[in-house]
Formats: sequence, C-alpha cells, structure tokens
Amino acid sequence: MTWQMRYLPSFVWVNEMAVVTEEYDIVVVGAGHAGCEAALAAARLGCRTICFTVSIDSIAMMPCNPNIGGSSKGHLVRELDALGGEMGKNIDRTFIQSRMLNTSKGPAVHSLRAQADKKEYSQSMRRTMENTDNLTVRQGEVTELIVEDGRIAGVKTLSGATYKAKAVVLATGTYLKARCIYGEVSEYTGPNGLKAANYLSDSMAENGIDIRRFKTGTPARVDKRSLDFSKMTEQKGDVPIVPFSFSTDPESIQKEQVSCYLTYTTPETHRIIRENIHRSPLFSGDITGVGPRYCPSIEDKVVKFPEKERHQIFVEPEGLYTNEMYLSGMSSSLPEDVQYAMYKTMIGLENVKIIRNAYAIEYDCIDANQIKPSLEFKAVECLYSAGQLNGSSGYEEAAVQGFMAGVNASRKISGKEPIILDRSQAYIGVLIDDLVTKENKEPYRMMTSRAEYRLLLRQDNADLRLREVGYEIGLVSKEEYEHTELKKRQIASEVERVSQIPIGAEKKTQEFLLAHGSTPLNTGVTLAELIRRPELSYSAVAELDPDRPALEASVIEQIDIEIKYQGYIVRQQKQVENFKRVERRLLDENIDYESIQGLRLEAGQKLNKFKPRSVGQASRISGVTPADIAVLLIYLQKEGRNH
Amino acid sequence: MINGTDTIAAISTAMNNSGIGIVRISGDDAFNIIKKIFRPAKDKDMACVPGYTIHYGHIVDGDNVIDEVLVMIMRAPHTFTREDTAEINCHGGMFVLNRTLELVCRSGARPAEPGEFTKRAFLNGRIDLSQAEAVIDVINAENNYALKSAVSQLSGSVSEKIRGERTVLLEQIAYIEAALDDPEHIEMEGYADTLLHILEKIRDSVGRLIATSDDGRIIKEGIKTVILGKPNVGKSSLLNALLGTERAIVTDIAGTTRDALEESLRLNDITLNVIDTAGIRETDDIIEKIGVEKAKEYAGEADLAVFVIDASKALDEDDRKIADIIRGKKAIALLNKTDIDRVTLPSDVKEILDCPVIETQVINGTGMDAFAETIRDMFYSGGLNFNDQVYITNVRQKNALIEAEGSLEKAIESVKAGLPEDFFTIDMMDAYASLGSVIGEAIEDDLADEIFAKFCMGK
Repeated sequence: MTWQMRYLPSFVWVNEMAVVTEEYDIVVVGAGHAGCEAALAAARLGCRTICFTVSIDSIAMMPCNPNIGGSSKGHLVRELDALGGEMGKNIDRTFIQSRMLNTSKGPAVHSLRAQADKKEYSQSMRRTMENTDNLTVRQGEVTELIVEDGRIAGVKTLSGATYKAKAVVLATGTYLKARCIYGEVSEYTGPNGLKAANYLSDSMAENGIDIRRFKTGTPARVDKRSLDFSKMTEQKGDVPIVPFSFSTDPESIQKEQVSCYLTYTTPETHRIIRENIHRSPLFSGDITGVGPRYCPSIEDKVVKFPEKERHQIFVEPEGLYTNEMYLSGMSSSLPEDVQYAMYKTMIGLENVKIIRNAYAIEYDCIDANQIKPSLEFKAVECLYSAGQLNGSSGYEEAAVQGFMAGVNASRKISGKEPIILDRSQAYIGVLIDDLVTKENKEPYRMMTSRAEYRLLLRQDNADLRLREVGYEIGLVSKEEYEHTELKKRQIASEVERVSQIPIGAEKKTQEFLLAHGSTPLNTGVTLAELIRRPELSYSAVAELDPDRPALEASVIEQIDIEIKYQGYIVRQQKQVENFKRVERRLLDENIDYESIQGLRLEAGQKLNKFKPRSVGQASRISGVTPADIAVLLIYLQKEGRNH
Repeated sequence: MINGTDTIAAISTAMNNSGIGIVRISGDDAFNIIKKIFRPAKDKDMACVPGYTIHYGHIVDGDNVIDEVLVMIMRAPHTFTREDTAEINCHGGMFVLNRTLELVCRSGARPAEPGEFTKRAFLNGRIDLSQAEAVIDVINAENNYALKSAVSQLSGSVSEKIRGERTVLLEQIAYIEAALDDPEHIEMEGYADTLLHILEKIRDSVGRLIATSDDGRIIKEGIKTVILGKPNVGKSSLLNALLGTERAIVTDIAGTTRDALEESLRLNDITLNVIDTAGIRETDDIIEKIGVEKAKEYAGEADLAVFVIDASKALDEDDRKIADIIRGKKAIALLNKTDIDRVTLPSDVKEILDCPVIETQVINGTGMDAFAETIRDMFYSGGLNFNDQVYITNVRQKNALIEAEGSLEKAIESVKAGLPEDFFTIDMMDAYASLGSVIGEAIEDDLADEIFAKFCMGK
C-alpha cells in the first residue's frame, strides 16, 4: 500500500511511521442496532470482527422512541430472532412493559411491542458484545475506506490507524455529517449531542458512492413530576407477557410493568403550531433533507390533516432509572419557546417541564439502489451497508439489515452464496427488496401494507418460517431448530386429526353448541369445521374431543389460525406460487437493456441502472410497466432459444 | 442478432394457388434485400425511393427472372410493424411464392415465425397485448358480426372497460392498506358497507362482461345449432339447402372448443355450427340412433334448436317428445313440406312448443330467408350493438374474467362475514391481477407467449 503523510482535519497530522495497523476478517462501522447485529452475527460465525463506535457508552443506544416492536416492526424482531439475531433476546431482558397490538384485527396484523428501559437495553447489549468471542469493540471514528481494484481492503480511523479487512459493513446510522436542528438553533452533532462522523461520507463519494441527505426527528423528553396523569388514559401492559424471542421461556419474564398514558393535542396546540410554522426549519427551507411521511412531526400532521381537531399522543417512560417521559407523536423542530407553548396546551401537560428539546436531525445516507439484495455495494466488492445509512428509519429496520449484512459479509469471505430472503418469506425480505429496488424518497419505515403476503408472514409463525434458514446460516442451535421442527410436525398432525373427527348432531353436541352461543348442527360435520366457526376455537371444543394430545400454547395458536383461515391461507399460498414463478426467472447481469428491441427508453435505462436479479424484481422497479415486462419476457424467450 | 432488429420475411397470403400472393419483408434490411433481388422496370435506387410507393419490375435470382411483380415500399415508422417493410406482390402460384421467399431469405432475411409481424408491432409499441389479440380475431373473423367485434377490440374497447374497473378496485385496496398503517387518521367506521357496495358493483359489471361472452362466442364462432325431428321430415334436405349455394369453409380456430362432430354452415350472413350432421345424414333418425338422453345433451349444449316437422302429417307422440327435449331453449320450428297436403298448421305446433314457426319447403329453398331473418332477430338484433357494448369473444379473456368474478365473490363473502379488513385485500388483489390478465397488463411469464402462439404464419 502506498500512501503518504495524510492530511486529515486541519488539526490532525498523521505520520506513516507512527500508525497502528491491525488485521481482521470483518470491520463493522457503527455499534447501533444495525452495527451490533452485524458484528455479533459475523463474530458468532467465526469471523475475527472489530466493531467501531464513536462512543463506547452508546452501544445500541435508543436516541428516539423507548420501545422495540410495534405494528410490523414487531414482525421484524420476531423474524430476526428466528434467524439467530440478538434484538429479541435483548428486549426480553430489559423491557418494562409489553403489549400485543391490533388484537381486534386479523392475526396478520397482530404485533408485539415492548417498552424498554433505555439504559438497561444499551448496557445489556454492550455486555453481550463485550463477551462474544472473536469480537473486538473499539471506540474511534472511521474516516476512510481503503479500496483496491474495486474491492474493499480495510478502513482508516481519525487517528490514522489502519484496519485491514476482507469485508466491511457500514452501519453509520444518523451520524454522517449529522446536524441537529430546532428553530433557529443548529449544531453539527449526532443524536443526543454525540460526536458526528464528518469524513467517511466524502471517502464513500470518492469511491463512486452517491450520497444524499435525509432527516428525521424526535419529540421532547419531559419531567414525569410535571405531568397530570389523572387527565390521561392509562395503558397497562399485557398479562401474561408474550416474549419476543422464541428462545425465551415465557415463565421467566413475567414481572411488574410500568404504564404508558394516552393523551391528546388540543385546537389550541394546533393554533400555536400554525402561527409559528414559518419558524420551523422544515418549512423555512433550512432543512433540506427529506423526512419520513409515516413518522411525521406534529407540525407535518397539523398541516396535512387540517380538519383534525386533535392528535393522539402517547406518554411513555424512558426507563426505570429516570423521570424522563417520551411524548410519542410530538416530534418537532420548532424553536424552544414554541415547543414550550404548544406542549403546555396538551391535556395533562399544562405545567410541563421539558428536560430535552425536540429536534430534527439531518444526515448523509445513500440511495440503496446502489446495493444488491445481499446488501453489498454494486460499486465496491465486499463492502456492505445497513440501517439508516440505507435510507431506512427505525431500530428494528436497522437491526435486521445489520444482521443480514453481517451474515452475508461472512458468507462472502468464506466463498458462500448470500442469503437473500424474498418477499414471500419474511418482512425482512420485503424491507430489503423495497430498499434496493424501489425509489425511496424519504426514510423507509416498515409497514404492514408493504408486505403482499402478510397473512403468511405473521409474527406468530416467524419461527416456522425462518428457524431453518437460521440453522442453515449457523446462528440457530440444533436444539432450537429441532424444537421448531417438532412444533411443525405437531401442528400438521393435529390439524389433520381434527379434520378427520366426525361430529354428529347428537343431543350432547347440540347442547354444547347452544351453551357456547353457536347454532346447532343440521348434519354431521368435522371437528375442524366447528373450530372454523367465529365463536368457537380449538380450545373451546375440547369437551367434544376427549382424545386430544397435550400441546403447548404456541402450537395451539397455530392450529387455530391454520384451521380458521385455511381458505385465505391457501389462496395466499397460490399468490406466492405465481410470484415465485417470475422471481425464479433470473436475469443475467450482462444484459444491456437499452439494446432490447421494444423496451421503452425509460425502462431500459432504469433496468440498466438497477441490473435486477430476476424478472420479478424488474417488475417492481418504479417506471417499469407490465408491458415492459412482457417485452422483456419475449426477449428472454428468444435468447433462450438462441442458446 | 441479439437486439431483434434482424429482418424477417414470410408469405403473407393463403398457402394455396391464387391470383396473387404476397411476400412480406420487415426489418432494417428490407430495402437492401429488395435492392438485391428486384429489378425495377425504370432504373432507380430501391433503397432510396419514398414510402408508400409501388414499383413495377421483376424478381431476379442472378440472371434468372423468377416473376413479374409489384413491390410496395413502406417506410418506418408508418408501417404495421413500425419497421421498414416491403411487400412483393407476386403471381399467386405456391411454387413462385416459395422461390421468391427462399431468395429473400438467402439475401439476408430469415423466415418469420407465426405471429412475428404482430409481435413486432407490439414490441415497437404500436399496439398493446389486448390489441394484438384482437388482430388474430380480425384474421379469424368468419362473419360480419365477428369482424365488427374484433375491430372494436382492436381499437381498445375492452381494455378501456376493464381499466376502469381495475382503477376502482385498486383505489379501495389502497384505502384499506393505508388504514392498516395509519388507523388514527384513516376512518374505517362504516367502510365495510361502502366497500360491499363497490365490490358488488364491480362484480356485476364483470358478470355482465362474462355474459356477453356467450354472445361473443356466437359472434365469433357462430350459433351452435341442433336439428331435431322425426325421420323423413326433411332434416337432410335442410342440411343440403344450407350447404347448397354457399359452402362454408370449415376451419379450425385455435383456442375454440368446437365439437368434432360440428360442422360450420352458412345461412346468408349467419354461421350455424350444426351438431352431429353426420348422424343426420347416416340415419336421419337422430333420436332413435343416439337416444333421448344424448339428444337432450345436444339440445343442452346448443344455442339454437331447429325443430323440423312434416306439415303433411299430424303431430304425434314423438313430436311431443322432441318438443319436451327443447322446451325452454331458443328454438325455431320449421313446418316443412307445406306444398303437400297440409295437415298440421303453425297454430298446432305452437300448442306443443312456444316458438316461432316458419313454413318452408327446404327442398326448393322456400322459407329459408324467413328462417335466416328469424335467427337474426333472435340472436343479433336483440341488443348486439357494437358502438357502446363490449363483447368478450376470446376464451382466454373469458376465463380470466371468470376468475376475477370468483375472487370478487370471495371478497364480498369476507365483508359480509364481518372479517377484519386485512382479509378483504387478499381476494381483491387476485381480482385485480385477473382483470390485468384480461387486458395483458399482468406480470405473468406465459401471457405474451399464450397470445402470440395463436397466430398464423405471415401475420
């Protein structure tokens, strides 16, 4: 390697002779939710791994909301756990309240959410990181990528040290050239006043990676003692508590829980926001980064839904160690005085004391169209990217990407094919496919509606879907895998058994049905048909089925869902088959789409830019129409014949 | 050639000896090939002549003159394929056409696959898939009604109709999905009723399109007809009369499900597909030969039952049996042999079967125009209107519509059963996809194949 004295920031001179040089298999840049999962996965797969963070005290920090999971994000955590990730286990160790959301809706949209003790969450993850073999955690700012012949060779830090590596995972979160803003105040720092990383994005750009700027925001934290909870609706945790991790014994985590509170904004809040909207840096043009549509600031909501007289706000504890409360739904970048004025108009917040201001944060990230579904950069071999750097938002979205990047980086350097989950396998597959395929103009948040096959991708069956993949990767133990296989067999044989049991219209049966608010039988049916009735369930008909085996609650849950929604499940499985048919039509990387006769110019350019893996992926690229796909298929058919 | 701009050629007229025959060439090299093999009567550079011009001269293979021809030059993009196209109008012998084609291919073109010209029209953006499909129907149109319907589809009438329904469906899917993600801001109170109403409306509209497919089939393929009657009433004579003046060309139309026993006969501008004509010819006693059950089955399949009755004999038990078999179907009674001593009157026939009765002497053609007029009234005038009505004349499209209808029905059931909204979209998405398949706007790996596979050579 030839490199001369290197001029870093104006105040740091680094001499070639003096620098540290170390060698690893994998370097992970960042120790947030993505970085931790990447580092743990890589180290556990046997790679010598080093994980960099700008602050060793901020490992797995939760700079925004104090919870893990929630609508569709809970699915991600479950899936990550089934594959052998850490997030589910870590929240099971550190939660202070847990709820299953959307239980009034279908099982596809049920979602687990747990309030975390932020400090505990971070410390628990730090303990895990520090005690994992093959893993070194290092405080330091990575400033430069070392790329040789289009392939990553390592990184350099601010101190000038060189860390050679076979693969690098970038998980820089919101730290690249970060700027925090509220009102007219702006500071060049990362979240919570932590140091920003101001050099790495330039090095990325020098290596052919396009950088763009996104923004996100967080609400104020307020003093618990200044709130009047009697005016709010208390939200208690569930009893019994359902763990996130399939490896956690439910018995072991039942505990006292703290409450959250529901309150509302008032017309007065909205008036104050409207009158001061010109002072918001978002509207004045001071913030140029693009913010998320689905996690909008309160000023966005007031502007977007002018007819709404109030918005829901959840007041959530930040942990047991503090009086700080998080005001979920009130993220803002208005000036401090306006923040005070508007918070005071909310119900129960009349005397509120702010501990930390709400702020918006702007940061460098990439358009994930530059990476492959394996999360490897198209432009730089063995360089991977995960989390908010890829334009996503949310801890869970970051964690699953970090895990996949860590796994695929390890596999790459040991000559294995990448693991790519498709849209019919997991929300993780949907998330990554959306990021790398679609045009994402704002921070990408996971949502239930993004998953086409959501009835099959439930949070309750993530283990049945993905344990096997985790086992294949090598991050799920044999016992865990076999436990899942046993569960599968139990479900199948029990569904089969109750589908065979005939139930006649005898007096005893009719009395049973009437007693359970169900209509009596006209003719004989199977037990499965009774279970399918909305007012009955597998457990409810136990009396009619004396010979049933003893089964775990999680198995019974699956039996109920499979029987009750069988018709829908079968139809969705058929949709998946159709989807897979075009997904399996792979496209050669060397196709020059602009030379295909009949393909519209726009489609040809888009396809050349993306180089999709399959016809299916091609069909999801924005700007590519079904007619373009028909043209592409005709071309492929002709090519197939020529070879 | 990888990018498909190679030049293709085919004989585009019927594969038999005829007055003229055309060899069609399309692609970048079309005019160069013409330049090589065509010697114009007046000296000119064939690669440079303007489009839409016709040139007289000879096709030559070296010094050998193969044929005396007219060559039509059409320049891209104002052609069917949107590529440079030349058509050589030869004398219509198969030998000379094949020699010319072979020469064209030796000079740089390759033989086109069936449907390849139309495929290029699609690839070059001139038509969409559903219009491509309509091109086949125009080619295969056997009567005026079929032609009108195909031309209407070629102009995009089916696509337009389906696109409208699809848009409505997609809006509702989007609404449900949005509400799943933002329950605070998107109101679902009372939505189920609204949705039910919308879904039923779309289902009914799809159902009406499917219903037109019966008319559509009749338009495209003709009227499936069963001829019933006792022995010696004149059924064979009726067949002969139908065959008499204008022997219909019996063709196999790809994708249709015509019974092997059917024969296509023409009555003026109407196509009748008569079931089991062979049976009629062999025995004339169709009921005795095939049995009442089979006769019922034939009658069940048929669009039209023609009941032939001998006017010189009284109606008897056998006539009543036949009347019973076809009761409830569209039927026409032909009261035949009215030139011999009349015993049975139309009013007698009407007593055993309520249907139009036409007095005929099929042996000399009397009454056949009235017969045709009655069929026309019964099948075509009664609402076939090509200006504002869309007809589904294609089996593939019909099947996709039936799928869409089934999915809509399932979604309606889910709404009625009070299931959570997230269940509705599963079947709504299926319906959306099936409707897309009707108009060729679906991501299916075999859709384009299925459409172009039906083409004949040279189109």
